[in-house]
Amino acid sequence: MTAEIRMRAVDYSLFYGDFKALNSISLDIPTYRISAFIGPSGCGKSTFLRSFNRMNDLIPGVTTSGKVLLDGNDVSKEDVVNLRRKVGMVFQRPNPFPKSIFDNVAYGPRLHGTKNRSDLAVIVERSLKGAALWDEVKDDLGKSGMSLSGGQQQRLCIARAIAVEPEVILMDEPASALDPVATLKIEELMNVLKKNYTIAIVTHNMQQAARVSDYTAFLLTDENRAGNLIEFGPTKQIFTTPSDSRTEDYISGRFG
Amino acid sequence: MTSGMRRTGTEKTMKAVLLISALASLMIVLLIFLFTMKEAMPAFREIGILKMLTDTTWRPGNDQFGILAMIAGSGLVTLGAVLLGVPLALGTAIFLSEVAPNWIVKIVRPSIELLAGIPSVVYGLFGMVVLVPLVRMIPAPGNAGFGLLAASAVLAVMVLPTIANISEFAVRSVPKGYREGSLALGATKWETISRVILPAAKPGIISSVVLGLGRALGETIAMIMVIGNSVILPAPITSNPLSIFLSRARTLTGNVAVEISYATGIHESALFATGVVLFILIILVNSSARFLMRRGVN
Repeated sequence: MTAEIRMRAVDYSLFYGDFKALNSISLDIPTYRISAFIGPSGCGKSTFLRSFNRMNDLIPGVTTSGKVLLDGNDVSKEDVVNLRRKVGMVFQRPNPFPKSIFDNVAYGPRLHGTKNRSDLAVIVERSLKGAALWDEVKDDLGKSGMSLSGGQQQRLCIARAIAVEPEVILMDEPASALDPVATLKIEELMNVLKKNYTIAIVTHNMQQAARVSDYTAFLLTDENRAGNLIEFGPTKQIFTTPSDSRTEDYISGRFG
Repeated sequence: MTSGMRRTGTEKTMKAVLLISALASLMIVLLIFLFTMKEAMPAFREIGILKMLTDTTWRPGNDQFGILAMIAGSGLVTLGAVLLGVPLALGTAIFLSEVAPNWIVKIVRPSIELLAGIPSVVYGLFGMVVLVPLVRMIPAPGNAGFGLLAASAVLAVMVLPTIANISEFAVRSVPKGYREGSLALGATKWETISRVILPAAKPGIISSVVLGLGRALGETIAMIMVIGNSVILPAPITSNPLSIFLSRARTLTGNVAVEISYATGIHESALFATGVVLFILIILVNSSARFLMRRGVN
């Protein structure tokens, strides 16, 4: 089955000053699928993920070569504000703003011009339902987002991300700070979200990649400590019949 | 005696020494307050606390010791310093923490710290030769240049390091996650600063302003040199209400410093009473800063 391609990296390299952190990576992120990036610490998987919404722009001294495309358009030529509206992100540590639950979710829509309170209320409800948080917080929308549990905070951050109706959601180890029950909820949620969103997730947890993703990319550093893409393909294939022996060694727990 | 017992003994001695050092500052504050209060008691008894606080006439020769004019002078000059200094200091703090590249921070921050080290008499001199003539250029009858505006401007620069440093720290302490979360939603840098970072840093910023207030209230010599020192209740000198800042004034601190060298009897006691009022004002201001900071942490 061939899926449509939402995002694509073409011969993409990234440098911190003179240091090459990502070496010529090419891969396709299929639409309405979950693509997982796995690999040992320091292999550049988070850096690679952050290339899709240009979060690396914030780091002084970062340069890139090659391209990252969204719907065929070079993201480096796109207005960064617009790009990030289309490519949302959920971070490793839940990072709700010190504002009410309502204002957290309404933050993005307000930025992009929705002022009307009842319009915002509709968006907030839809987004919280979309993030499977509505039933737990619907009577307390004025409560601080920081007062929620870790798992709820992360779902609030997901609600905040989908409130601006992105095409893609990037998730940078979204469950690594959560307990197993909260992790399970996030994973179930991802399965629902992929009906409407294209998802790319970085995870250090191979079981998680195997459970939730449709495609898996395995990254590894070479002898110069630059991150390389070793293998990318359907998750089932990567975990059962990898074509590269290094992938097999990693998924079978021989290193990493 | 075993080594264990000896070490336990040292432990106890050290604990006592540290406790005494820590208590010393508390004791000193208490002693200063008690002795100032003791000297001020005759004035409070004979003139009456309420009468002193509400009367605007200070004529020691006439046995009139109202300090309301000086309370107003101190209050207005501090207000002026806040109006002028807070935007400047906040701008500096935001620039240093969010905008400036590292090499600029390395130049600007030490120069701000240098500001804090300049003796206040030098600020006074600068005010007299630069700011007072500048203020004098504002066309208004009776504007001598010396007065609240010049004093507020001097004070604004003097409190700048306090407010800028603590605010910068508060802004820098905002977790990186807030910044990233906002930018990742498509916010610009300025939207992120104004909608997420500043609100999150607000408790720290407010405390920095209140600490600056405390510093401003206590400033003495620079104020004496530029504020004009007339014991009058400041009032607008033209029809424009803002011209109140062109009025001469005297601060509580200046009142004590100018007259204490020759005052005797009840006059001297009234100056101590002025000091007590100042002391209490500053304690109130500083403890509100502490309260605000603690509320920010929780």
